[in-house]
Amino acid sequence: MNDSTHISTDEPVLRSRHPFVETAEMFFRNHSAVVALVVLVTIVIAAIVGPFFYPTDPFEMVWAPFSPPGAEGFLLGTDYLGRDMLSGLLHGGRVSIAIGLAAALMSVFIGITVGALAGFYRGWIEEVLMRITEFFQVLPTLLFSMVLVALFGASLPMITFAIGIVSWTAVARITRAEFLRIRELEYVTASRSSGATNAKLIFSVILPNALPPIIVQAALMVGSAILFEAGLSFLGLSDPNVASWGQIIGSNRPYILDASYTVTIPGVAIFVTVLAISLVGDGLNDALNPKLRQR
Amino acid sequence: MEILTLIVKRVSYAAMLLLAVVVLNFILINLAPGDIADTIAGDMGGATAEQMAEIRADYGLDLPLWQQLFRYVSNVMQGDLGYSYFHTQPVTSLIAERLPATLLLVITAQLVALFVGTLLGVLAARKPNGWLSHIVTLIALFGYSAPVFWTGIMLLIMFSLWIPIFPVAGMVDVTIEGGWWSHVLDIARHMVLPVITLSSIFLALYSRLCRASMMEVLGSDYIRTARAKGLSESQIVFKHALKNSLGPVVTLAGLQFSAVVSGAVLVETVFSWPGLGTLALQSIIARDTPTIIGILFFSAMVVIVGNLLTDLVLRLIDPRIRNRA
Amino acid sequence: MQDTIHHIAPDNSADAILLSVRNLTVELTTRDGVVPVIDNMSFDLKTGGNISFVGESGCGKSMTALALMGLLPQPAGRIASGQILFNNEDLAQASDARLREIRGNDISMIFQEPMTSLNPVYTIGEQIAEVLRRHRNLDRAEATAKAIELLDAVHIPSPASRINDYPHQLSGGQRQRVMIAIALACEPKILIADEPTTALDVTVQAQIFDLLTELQEKTGTAIVLITHDMGAVARMSQDIIVMYAGRKAEQGTVAQVIRQPAHPYTHGLIAAVPHLLPTITEERPELLEIPGIVPPLSQFGQNRCLFASRCNYATEQCRQQRPEEISRENQHITACWHTDSLS
Repeated sequence: MNDSTHISTDEPVLRSRHPFVETAEMFFRNHSAVVALVVLVTIVIAAIVGPFFYPTDPFEMVWAPFSPPGAEGFLLGTDYLGRDMLSGLLHGGRVSIAIGLAAALMSVFIGITVGALAGFYRGWIEEVLMRITEFFQVLPTLLFSMVLVALFGASLPMITFAIGIVSWTAVARITRAEFLRIRELEYVTASRSSGATNAKLIFSVILPNALPPIIVQAALMVGSAILFEAGLSFLGLSDPNVASWGQIIGSNRPYILDASYTVTIPGVAIFVTVLAISLVGDGLNDALNPKLRQR
Repeated sequence: MEILTLIVKRVSYAAMLLLAVVVLNFILINLAPGDIADTIAGDMGGATAEQMAEIRADYGLDLPLWQQLFRYVSNVMQGDLGYSYFHTQPVTSLIAERLPATLLLVITAQLVALFVGTLLGVLAARKPNGWLSHIVTLIALFGYSAPVFWTGIMLLIMFSLWIPIFPVAGMVDVTIEGGWWSHVLDIARHMVLPVITLSSIFLALYSRLCRASMMEVLGSDYIRTARAKGLSESQIVFKHALKNSLGPVVTLAGLQFSAVVSGAVLVETVFSWPGLGTLALQSIIARDTPTIIGILFFSAMVVIVGNLLTDLVLRLIDPRIRNRA
Repeated sequence: MQDTIHHIAPDNSADAILLSVRNLTVELTTRDGVVPVIDNMSFDLKTGGNISFVGESGCGKSMTALALMGLLPQPAGRIASGQILFNNEDLAQASDARLREIRGNDISMIFQEPMTSLNPVYTIGEQIAEVLRRHRNLDRAEATAKAIELLDAVHIPSPASRINDYPHQLSGGQRQRVMIAIALACEPKILIADEPTTALDVTVQAQIFDLLTELQEKTGTAIVLITHDMGAVARMSQDIIVMYAGRKAEQGTVAQVIRQPAHPYTHGLIAAVPHLLPTITEERPELLEIPGIVPPLSQFGQNRCLFASRCNYATEQCRQQRPEEISRENQHITACWHTDSLS
């Protein structure tokens, strides 16, 4: 606000920049989103490079069980089997974030495909696709994933698939709504009458304009996929050979009253990560929205 | 009468969805490695190839798939979801024992979340920059960023170590004596922590949406009309604005039924609540496929019925959609 | 209440001043700072009288109406100075509770958008009955009975069954009739009509004006009409105030102002209407044909003539100093440095 007087004296020519730059500027004006972005980047870097600098195996017994944080040289202490919590946190973060990203990617892909086809073609295609979407909406997501993982094995790809297959409905609905709105706009009619193919209309005319709300939803999906994975691993439905944040909480659950830090610490890690993602998502939403109104 | 045909329409659509769930279950059972013969054989400690074939014939597993599907669907429609060899009783009766506990938890949590969330949202909307508004934002951020099972564990630690006023596990205290009232009170005390935990996620969603929708409604023309009538602030907010801003909140609540049931699985596990969630986990660990599939069916039914009710409530709230199909 | 106040013209109560606005200034806090959206406005309204406010959008007409109702946008708007004397009670100083007593009871308002001005989730009967219960202490049955009478009075057919209708079941014109029924339910002294027909079809517009005239004759309610439709003014009012950028540009009787506009802005407004007749014209002329636009809010309140940039008569004086309000013959008031060079 305080610099608005300076901006208003600028030449109007200087103000029209690449839309990406404008969005970025808008985003960086939102302080909580910027802080969240910094936190998120830190977490991701820690999860990527952390294990190289701290190669202790998260499944190896390194010390007496239940050593509290700080004692005996282990920054975050050890769990009920004497495994190093810090190592678990770093290695587990890698898995949690990777599954979150992959599952979100999968659900965004399915969601955009279903939503775009339904919103573009309408008619019976829309009818069928929306019925399928409604069907997936009534399946209790976590239970369905549990069933999938229980029946077909708790491998990382299966877990990712189980999360992705139940999470796409929101993206599909948003995409469809955007397609329904945009397909009626003049520039779409214009490209249609100038002989653009359906594929061109979908991918290069409508989709780019439908993206802003989808991007925001996709960002939030990563957060909810991380929560989802944590829930599954907490229930013991995770790959037993791979540490993840939820898995650490789940395996230490019987001992929470003796060593509450073993569940508190990975819980905080999940909480901070998902919080950072949702704040960044909110920031993106605010940064992308004014442009929506301008159109 | 329009309403009646409408209800018939919605109910038959719900039945179609349920049928689709049954078909999905059948597909899952057939895709899963191992079949009922393997389970029984495992139970008996091994079986010959002839015995296996006999068992398969008994259960109709030698029939063509479409006949099996037909058989499965008609069984389900008669309330037969198979037999749990792990729990040694029919799946339907097993679930019937556990369903009430889950329903109690799910419905109470939804109602608490709706009621408190709406109240917070309304209060926050009246002063968009006030302290309450900031608290609502904070609750909302916490509610959908914290893993629900972790919130539960934190409450469990807090209430068992520091302020032991609520029971942290189970649904009833078998040592309690006295009339029905003391049992109701006992269950209510056991419900406090699970309900708080489960409703926290949805309370966050509803309060935020209610705040946004309330702020939009408060800026609308008919609120200006209400002010021009000289109505009091509370009449304007709670009579004229609230009913209009409830629509989006109720719609969202309807969409959340599947998430509430999912959350209940985690919350039940944390607080050893004797519902479908704990049963599901036990069955998964025991590889008790019929029970797992049965739970999926029943929980989908809970969601479908929940959606149906939401639909009816929405029509009660908003006359504009009352007679729309 | 009226017994306790001394009328300014006690000998003739029909000519009594019902509402007297004195030097009213309303400020709005915007991104560019605090601006006077109503700048030193004064006028009187007689009991049962008629006055119109005219000007383009963004001139402060609606803000004047909201100020009278005590409904300025919160927290941005506030009355900075001046008085709103209603029956000699200063509404600018009145408490919120007192204003709520007056609103809908002594002073009512109908709005531009009948389509959105009624609450979609309550029946129209309830929305009429509500105001009666609030101000007249009627019970449910009495209020409902009175609501049916009121629907009848605004010529809605078979009112006894229509009270159970929801707004979406009514046409725009019918909804505006319901709004009028709500506004007149408690027989107010003043009805403020803010562009009451702008959103309606031309034929329906005429019906609504007919209804307002008819009800005014019956009830003796004074009507403040806010419009940019000169035809409506000619039809509905004796007095007119032309507003520009929050200020009074010209004030007089409708005959004076239309026959002999004393301000270039009024001149432009009237010239923009092809044939000014006391009936509603088919083409419903919008007053947008004066070159240029209303200055942005940030320029409101500056010590100069705010119309100067669009005015053919503008001189250096206009750009340096705000014109004073000059009273010509028969209380024909104008705020222009060059009023004498006109016509």
